[in-house]
Amino acid sequence: MSLLAAKRLEKHYGNHVVLENLNFSVEPGEFVTLVGASGCGKTTFLKMLLGTEATSRGSLTLDDKPIPNEPGPDRGVVFQKYSVFPHLTVLGNVIIADELHSSKLLGKSFGAAKRQAIEKALARIDEVGLSHALKKYPHELSGGMQQRLAIAQALMMRPRILLLDEPFGALDPGIRQDMHVLINRLWQEQQLTIFMITHDLKEAFELGTRLWVFDKTRHDPQAPEAYGATITYDLPISRDRPSNELKEALHQGGLQTHTQETLL
Amino acid sequence: MKRFINLAPSRGGRWLLGLLPFLLLAMLYMSLSNARLAENPNDRLLPTPSTMASSFYHLATAENVRTGQIVLWTDTFASLERIVIGVGISALIGLVVGILNGGIPLIRAKLSPLVTVASLIPPMAILPILFIAFGTGEAAKIALIVIGVTPFLIRDLQGHALRLPDEQLIKAQTLGASSWQVLLRVLLPQLTPRLLNATRLALGTAWLFLIAAEAIAAQEGLGYRIFLVRRYLSMDVILPYVAWITLLAFLLDQLLAWISRLAFPWYHSGEGDNS
Repeated sequence: MSLLAAKRLEKHYGNHVVLENLNFSVEPGEFVTLVGASGCGKTTFLKMLLGTEATSRGSLTLDDKPIPNEPGPDRGVVFQKYSVFPHLTVLGNVIIADELHSSKLLGKSFGAAKRQAIEKALARIDEVGLSHALKKYPHELSGGMQQRLAIAQALMMRPRILLLDEPFGALDPGIRQDMHVLINRLWQEQQLTIFMITHDLKEAFELGTRLWVFDKTRHDPQAPEAYGATITYDLPISRDRPSNELKEALHQGGLQTHTQETLL
Repeated sequence: MKRFINLAPSRGGRWLLGLLPFLLLAMLYMSLSNARLAENPNDRLLPTPSTMASSFYHLATAENVRTGQIVLWTDTFASLERIVIGVGISALIGLVVGILNGGIPLIRAKLSPLVTVASLIPPMAILPILFIAFGTGEAAKIALIVIGVTPFLIRDLQGHALRLPDEQLIKAQTLGASSWQVLLRVLLPQLTPRLLNATRLALGTAWLFLIAAEAIAAQEGLGYRIFLVRRYLSMDVILPYVAWITLLAFLLDQLLAWISRLAFPWYHSGEGDNS
């Protein structure tokens, strides 16, 4: 039984077909990286996994059941921006997940429950290396620290699936490298299944165990909205093999697509 | 030579420059007042500052022979009570309805058109209805402030709630938040500082309605006093009263600003030069 599976999955807005003919199955523990030209439907796909966009046709199942049509605690998410709450401190941003669970009415814990939540949160915050900034508000943090906080927050309730929408897109190259190490470690330690959208092909090869290239296979110049994108390449990435070799293999395979022109 | 837009006064210079227009206005008033009084020492239109000061001092210290009350303080407390209760009720309604409207589409669909229409009714036009419905006591004056200020607050908060990034609402849901928890822990704390800000802007309107209501029917109050002594052309009372109302309005405004900065430091992080 696979964790997540799609059969002839399609998404369209009226006549505008965004995604079509998606077929895949993802096992627990995979790290899927999604690449493709801007506006080809990667984010729409992620929103379908998240539950904020409905599927138009076909099936998308989580544990063999149709995916819930609204966000839930089993699927954590980190966006490129606005991922953390500006009105809460670092500590507040992380313990809120626990508080929402333990206090249904107020969404805020007190006394022993709060101490327990703080203890749990401190471990998460320590994992992402923000222990020195517990009392700071997000606006006092750098972009990289904000994304670390967002990751700690998303992992507080131990989701099975983590969805990342260009989480490192706005960061400096050096900081991005640190974040790669961090996300890689968390993925292995917590046995997460990760879907990550990225524009950086190097990043996609470096982090993922599986690379999906989204692109249109059919294109009608008279009606550009008639056909949607699909997963044109579904490549397993071996961790042992350096990514350069794989890139060459891609070239030799003669993958001359629109995507390759824009990305490689 | 730097560009004009890049020249900024120093801290001390800013104070002096800010004081300058006030000094100029004061000098202008003094010269006009002196000119009129030189012609007719009994002129009442532009009294000297010392006349105004002694009238004001008299109002602030002397007990009314008949009631035993001191006029200025009775007026001030009556007006402040009305405006604080009125604005307080407005803020409470504005916050609750604004959050519900901004956060829950099913409620917004029902209430939003009503609020938009209600906000376009000129409150002064329905003042007679209020006097008929509530009598000429306190209730009508407070109701006028509430009716005048609440729709603005609701619309401001609703708009602000809708402008919160969707990412935050989605994030809260992935952390397991229910609808109620999203309202309570995401919308409420982020809209409260906005409410303080909107209330500051609405205070001017609230004073307008207060003075208007007091002018028409009241036994005491700052607006009542001004309109009462107008009959005797007592500019020596009216001018200090206007200054006093301005001072009270300024203090209320600064109080709200101070509370907001103290309680919501994160909200004021993006502010630049707000002098």
